[in-house]
Amino acid sequence: MKRRRLNIGYFVSEGFHSIFSHGLMSFAAVCMIVACLLIMGSFALLATNADKMMGQLEDENVFYAYIDENYTDEQVAALETKVKNLDNVASVEFVTREQAKEEYLAGQTGELYANMPDEVFRDRLVIHVYDLELFSKTVEQVTQLEGVVNYSAEQDLTDAFITIRNVATAVAGVLIAILAAISLFIIANTVRLAAFARREEIAIMKMCGASDGFIRWPFVIEGIILGLFGAVLAFFLQWGIYAGIYEAVMSSSASTIVIPVTFQSIWYWVLGIFALAGAFIGMCGSGFAIRRFLRV
Amino acid sequence: MIRFVDVCKEYNNGTKAIKGLNLKIEDGEFAFLVGPSGSGKSTIIKLLTAEEFATQGRVMVNGYNLNNIKRRQIPQMRRTLGVIFQDFRLIDKKTVWGNLEFAMRIIGATNREMKKRIPYVLDLVGLSDKANVRPTEMSGGEQQRVAIARALVNNPQMIIADEPTGNLDPQRSLEIMTLLERINAMGTTMLVVTHERDLVNHFSKRVVAIQNGELISDEQGGYYKL
Repeated sequence: MKRRRLNIGYFVSEGFHSIFSHGLMSFAAVCMIVACLLIMGSFALLATNADKMMGQLEDENVFYAYIDENYTDEQVAALETKVKNLDNVASVEFVTREQAKEEYLAGQTGELYANMPDEVFRDRLVIHVYDLELFSKTVEQVTQLEGVVNYSAEQDLTDAFITIRNVATAVAGVLIAILAAISLFIIANTVRLAAFARREEIAIMKMCGASDGFIRWPFVIEGIILGLFGAVLAFFLQWGIYAGIYEAVMSSSASTIVIPVTFQSIWYWVLGIFALAGAFIGMCGSGFAIRRFLRV
Repeated sequence: MIRFVDVCKEYNNGTKAIKGLNLKIEDGEFAFLVGPSGSGKSTIIKLLTAEEFATQGRVMVNGYNLNNIKRRQIPQMRRTLGVIFQDFRLIDKKTVWGNLEFAMRIIGATNREMKKRIPYVLDLVGLSDKANVRPTEMSGGEQQRVAIARALVNNPQMIIADEPTGNLDPQRSLEIMTLLERINAMGTTMLVVTHERDLVNHFSKRVVAIQNGELISDEQGGYYKL
């Protein structure tokens, strides 16, 4: 008889059966996957929020270049063009000292500054940049241009945000890699124990002419099921924890500075990535674990 | 068909298990392979099932040249064989039907084929009424019949029985050997490895005797003379 039929139903049934036949190890594997995904997810969400804040900051990524008082309109226009041609410059707007004063006064209450002379303010270029990470470099390029006598930029705040985002991203990356490796190891050991308990059965199958795939698939499916189950559990836990933190931030004074991303706007990403990561970890762990038992 | 041509097998620890063996067993033959412990019988079985490979010479089994067989071809080659062991090697958590069913699943048989073939094979080995019993609830003789049924269920070209009566009393041993003889009469090549002199003497079959990894006797209708 030649091979005519895939045993998908049989593989899935054997995979489920195997999970319950060594329930304690399966439970340990699921717990480990949940813990790993939760930690990975928490750092990823932190990085996402830092990124969002950076985005908000980038929307206000502006600095002022003050222009030599003696420059004529033509010279200012030439300087504006030079600035506009710099790589990281998104837009340049020339603001006269009168306009600057008006804008300033519009943000003040009372009559205290009403009689302030125009000379307090200077003609300026309002410059927006594309990439905040190149902010300092762009400021430096602009200040080196002839006709720019001074500048004003919130560089410290920008640098701090960049540092926070980079650290969060790096820590998240390293932790994700470490925890993924730990999860793989735990899943591999769980499946290895199951395979060890069934080594006689595997040897019998091999002697009856079973292919490596026929033996491997139930174990791989077991790993995927454990991974997916862990992913779903981790998703709901992550949702609960994040919602709690979100509420705490929004009900505190921190909400005036930081508005976190809502979980509702990213839940499908979290669920999708958790499911993929869980299934991948489960599949690879099982695949590695079963290899040595197939050498019969 | 089995063919050994100048086969030598040396293990990694330096043990020379087989020394220049030449042997040919034709399709449909019944042969006993006899010899004392350590003579190389188990190594021959391992060479035939591709658990081990010859260090020298050529081994052919059912049209497969095991010297250059690819790893992915080994399962296909094993499906042409039915292997029976002294310790039965049944899966205890499955019923008799389950043990036969999984062997058929391996080759991708359909449910209809399984429903047709398994009752036929169980009837052949006299276990029609034991389909739903687990191996642990059966006697040694019955378990060996299940093992024979499993070896037969995929209709192999050849059955290799490694001490199939080693765990059975003389009466059950005779029954099992008679069953193997019946299966052989239906066209399946049979190679039976055994120690049991009386049993070999009872059947007038070809007897291949080896000692210290060398062929010392190969006689049709011969007796176990070691």
